Amino acid sequence: MADIVLKGVRKSFGNAKVIHGVDLDIRDGEFIVFVGPSGCGKSTLLRLIAGLEDITAGDLFIDGERVNDLPPAKRGIAMVFQSYALYPHMNVYENMAFGLELAKASKGQIEERVREAARLLQIDNLLERKPKELSGGQRQRVAIGRAIVRDPKVFLFDEPLSNLDAALRVNTRIEIAKLHTDTSATMIYVTHDQVEAMTLADRIVVLNAGRVEQVGTPLELYHRPANLFVAGFIGSPQMNFLKGHVSGASQIRLADGLTIAAPLANGLRSGDDVTLGVRPDHVRLSETGLAGRVALVEELGENHLLYVDLDALPGCRLTARAPGDARHKAGDRIAVEFDREACHLFDSTGQAAQLRERSASAPREGALT
Amino acid sequence: MSQIVGQAALPVSAPAFENMRERPSRLTRSKVRAAWIFLAPTLIILALIAGWPLARTIWFSFTDASLNNLSDYEFIGFENYIANYDGEWFGILTDPAWWRSVWNTVWFTLVSVSIETVLGIAVALILNAAFPGRGLMRAIILIPWAIPTVVSAKMWNWMLHDQFGVINDLLLRLGLIAAPITWTANSDTALWAVVMVDVWKTTPFMALLILAALQMLPGDIYEAAKVDGIHPVRVFFKVTLPLIRPALLVAVIFRALDALRVFDLIYVLTSNSKDTASMSVFARQQLVDFQEVGLGSAASTLIFLIIALLIVVTIAAGRVRLGGETL
Repeated sequence: MADIVLKGVRKSFGNAKVIHGVDLDIRDGEFIVFVGPSGCGKSTLLRLIAGLEDITAGDLFIDGERVNDLPPAKRGIAMVFQSYALYPHMNVYENMAFGLELAKASKGQIEERVREAARLLQIDNLLERKPKELSGGQRQRVAIGRAIVRDPKVFLFDEPLSNLDAALRVNTRIEIAKLHTDTSATMIYVTHDQVEAMTLADRIVVLNAGRVEQVGTPLELYHRPANLFVAGFIGSPQMNFLKGHVSGASQIRLADGLTIAAPLANGLRSGDDVTLGVRPDHVRLSETGLAGRVALVEELGENHLLYVDLDALPGCRLTARAPGDARHKAGDRIAVEFDREACHLFDSTGQAAQLRERSASAPREGALT
Repeated sequence: MSQIVGQAALPVSAPAFENMRERPSRLTRSKVRAAWIFLAPTLIILALIAGWPLARTIWFSFTDASLNNLSDYEFIGFENYIANYDGEWFGILTDPAWWRSVWNTVWFTLVSVSIETVLGIAVALILNAAFPGRGLMRAIILIPWAIPTVVSAKMWNWMLHDQFGVINDLLLRLGLIAAPITWTANSDTALWAVVMVDVWKTTPFMALLILAALQMLPGDIYEAAKVDGIHPVRVFFKVTLPLIRPALLVAVIFRALDALRVFDLIYVLTSNSKDTASMSVFARQQLVDFQEVGLGSAASTLIFLIIALLIVVTIAAGRVRLGGETL
């Protein structure tokens, strides 16, 4: 159990700067997920915490102790690798016990801990097998078991599920969540999969190009993205973005004759460029809304996606998600609308400029038309 | 309609299926044919350049053929190997010179391959680490291997020379020896000199084979070991060594095959000295110097059998599968 503090942590490989000063405060027992697109530095950040890479600048504290210069083994961490990193010539038992043999534990203690971890992960019937005789999911369990037996203060997971198939991924995800509840250890989990991030995290750290874009609970990120990047990254299908500019004191003009009434947040002035964001779930079909043509229909069973080209905004393809089966097909003419309350507004630098408090003070004007 | 087909088809198709089981399908047969066609050139060439000389050598070993007239010989059975005239034993198997050469060869093989393996692992581990100029280093270290054996043997012969050799000179100046040592002629040092030159020459080959194996190893298990705080020496013996063992054994067998038929190095360094003569040197002496094609062939056949036996034992002991990994 330990808290982890990052202060201005930077990492460069030669001249390439990979992490540009990350400040982060991870609380004891928290489940933190680093999420971001490939190459955003999330794995590098994890490896910095693990001690597999040296920190170029800044400080890292684990449990109040500055650990910049401590080797991985002295940091009280255990790591689960994407590729499992099992020793191919050792059986499951040996794989799990290997890291313990040094820790001055007696043979009996080692055996006890390995068997207990194996029971917890339901691999106690596989202890004699070699890694190559295991399925991907079993291998991942062994890798997790190897971490558990060390009883670390901090678990680090580097995309542990990305090599598993979809069904197994869901199961293992649930098991990792259970492991967190059972051990109440601090966990840091790297993934590019936002479903894993949303379901597992106490708090999510969204990384982009070596910078932290936003830190928050899954629902904070979903409902109040701090900027365009987070808005676009969290949520699937992606949020729709409509370009426009501020017109007058309380209107956003998306196109000629197409405006939305919006009491503006501080800082926005008439004429400023803005981006309006609306999630596909909040786009409704209507009789009177924005006219457009269905470009593509995707049926997903429990719901369906409509891709709509809007007449008024050439080049803008809106995604709408609606429950059940689609009643439209490509080429159909339809109209869409969405609630102003459901809209996100971003200024020209991509930062969120909340439509002032979505509270009673803002008149509910209904659909945008 | 379908009913009729069904009824008619059943009794016919059952035996047809049975037939298919016994006789491979036409596709399978054509694949097998193609495989033989592609294999044929290799098999023919192997038969011509390896099979025929081997068969001829074995045949000559049962004759009294002589080098000055190879067409005139008689079959004498096992007399080249072992024969008894009036209670006295003759033949190679009773010749102390032969057994001395066998012992020389085996000793040379064991010592030189052992040293080369240990040094090769060390060099490979160094070359496997990331450091500036690694590419250049890898190229440089191969130079001894690239030099023809005769050239390097002659080079070392001069360096080891008792009067003018640079090694004696160096040791004298350093005060390590009082008088020059006749490295290649002294029976105490001759075989060690041969071993040293062989180690110098073939360690790069060993290192290269081991380096290739090291580079196949997954990097993540080393990071896992690092996180678990396992000492590097322990990681080497518990992880690296078991994982490169198959490649290591193949490398050892390659080197042992080479070492067991060593000829040029010993011939150039120490000529026909009995102290250092290898099996190949012995066979050449019988064949060329003494013109005894029969005896020489018998020696060659014995070399073949001894090498085959040793390699089979090594493979069995190491459980090496030459075609694939044993993991």
